[in-house]
Amino acid sequence: MVKGLRSWDAIVLLALVVVAIVGALTIDGVASPRFWRFVTLEAIPIALIALPMTLVIITGEIDLSVASVLGLTCTVMGQLWVSGVTSLPALIAICLLLGAALGAVNGLFITGFGLPSLAVTIGTLALYRGLAYVVLGDRAVSDYPQTWTTAAIKPIPGTTIPWVILVVAALAVVFAVVLHAMPIGRGLYAMGNNPEAARFAGVNVRLTKFWLFVASGAMSALAGVFWTLRFASARADNGTGIELAVVAAVLLGGVSIFGGRGALLGVLAAVALLGVLRNGLQLAYVPANTLTVITGLLLIASVVGPNVVGMLRRTLERNRI
Amino acid sequence: MSARTPRLLAMAAVAALALATTACAEDATNGNTGPGGSDGTIKSGLKIAFLPKQVNNPYFTTSDNGGKAAVEEFKGVYSETGPSEASPSAQVSYINTLSQQKTDVIVVSANDKDAICGALNEARQSGAKVVTFDSDTKPSCRDLFINQATAEGIAKIQIKLISEAIGPDGGDIAILSATANATNQNAWIEMMKTELAKPEFAKLKLVDTVYGDDQDQKSFTETQALLAKHPNLKGIISPTTVGVAAAARYLSGSTYKGKVQLTGLGTPNQMRAFVKDGTVKAFALWNPADLGYLAAYAGGALASGIITGKEGEKFKAGKLGEFTVGKDATVLLGDPFTFNASNIEQFNF
Repeated sequence: MVKGLRSWDAIVLLALVVVAIVGALTIDGVASPRFWRFVTLEAIPIALIALPMTLVIITGEIDLSVASVLGLTCTVMGQLWVSGVTSLPALIAICLLLGAALGAVNGLFITGFGLPSLAVTIGTLALYRGLAYVVLGDRAVSDYPQTWTTAAIKPIPGTTIPWVILVVAALAVVFAVVLHAMPIGRGLYAMGNNPEAARFAGVNVRLTKFWLFVASGAMSALAGVFWTLRFASARADNGTGIELAVVAAVLLGGVSIFGGRGALLGVLAAVALLGVLRNGLQLAYVPANTLTVITGLLLIASVVGPNVVGMLRRTLERNRI
Repeated sequence: MSARTPRLLAMAAVAALALATTACAEDATNGNTGPGGSDGTIKSGLKIAFLPKQVNNPYFTTSDNGGKAAVEEFKGVYSETGPSEASPSAQVSYINTLSQQKTDVIVVSANDKDAICGALNEARQSGAKVVTFDSDTKPSCRDLFINQATAEGIAKIQIKLISEAIGPDGGDIAILSATANATNQNAWIEMMKTELAKPEFAKLKLVDTVYGDDQDQKSFTETQALLAKHPNLKGIISPTTVGVAAAARYLSGSTYKGKVQLTGLGTPNQMRAFVKDGTVKAFALWNPADLGYLAAYAGGALASGIITGKEGEKFKAGKLGEFTVGKDATVLLGDPFTFNASNIEQFNF
């Protein structure tokens, strides 16, 4: 393992700083605190889901059902509110349990029956979204108390940044400690690199993966609660497609799609980078179609980039020897 | 430990940097616009942005081009922006952007009546006027809603068109609706019954109402069944775009073509072939270009202080003439627009 920052982490972090500075200098509005408020609001759900997704992809698996878990949690939260559950802590608790259960279903199919996570979670992507439509149909539930909805986007006193980012930061520390400072973290990398070796090294591959999918479900549900309150609207189509934004950020952050490689810092920097880039370009009057093209190119770059960097580094090291 | 500590430190540094960037002062106030306003004319140089449910949608391209024409007439700065998928959250991001760009007027068709409210109100607090068209938000989140048509207007034009198509002898007619519990459809059907009770339509007799559930196949087979069940049927009204297109497709391929008349609410692109081959003489909808045109003028009038959204206020909207603000800060475009062989070629949506 390399000391300090991996080279790709450093590149993404640098790109973030450069984009932020260039944006602030050239695009009217990027330097304003409001811009950063909006970027943060958009990044929060992506970041929440990207945390467990990083760990999942490092073990060589993937969870594509996250956006549907988010959508289903939103509708259940809406339906519960309509049916008279008026305690916010109770709603949050039920939603998190639901998310964990949905993640456990994924985990069970993947680790219990040994099915590929790509296939299983494409299945549950459709299944959970379908259930969301069963719960609410084309209705939207939106009559939440205003205290809840304003609390969700309240800024940290003295800034424009929503306080929920502190929750994200605290959770990021937890995930970072698990991945980078605990023995289990090394086990996750080992699983991605060589599951057989990991098993021989005494890592319970199945059980660990199972809990990762549970965590992924619970975090998606948390993102769903935030989504519902931020937009004051529970709809069956909430968050459709954001699994791709999450996976894009994780890959751009330097996590290898084949597993075994990556770090949380790069992923968080990538979440921020994508947010700043998208909002900045939008401010610069770049049309939606062009934005989609740019996001696509970045995703390709994120898959190709770290591999090229890795290849270059290996070549350099070989030459040095 | 040595490999990990720097990474955690760097992470903390990023967080600190992010907070520091944002803790500085709020940005400057709205840089403003040209002369005009108090004398009842729209100010020049107003930044007017159209935010449709989604871009690349022919209906909204038509409405937004109508808006563009209006903005050019009063020498404003027109722009169109929006998400490529019709989702409320994507729309929120564009509203935030428009508000940061210090747009004077946001003309929006809402993907969700509640979800974009917070963003719209934040934009209004920073000085933007908000006009909704095509699809409204909660009234508390916008300054004006441009209503494309009333239930009464729709019912009247449907009965008028079917009566004209069938001719003075009248006869049995039927309605092909969407779903049985669709609120707007049922309101229109009730209004049509009221309209049919008038003496001038005494020879038209409504014999059946069937439901195609806004599904193409079901609407198609319901039309088929309707004609089998009522051999004397002279006309069908289908006040839904899916239904009228499916019914037209069935009629145009059957022996009933030209014998059983059809009208409804449809879009020119779906109905063009059937108007050309004589299956349908005329159908109705609002003109989206006029809708966008009126919305732009209403926004200009709001931003120039000519109107504030109170009931009874009047403003001029170029070639469309004068409009009055109605209840709940809404402005009605007018009677639905009739499409027939003579004008259908001018429309693409």
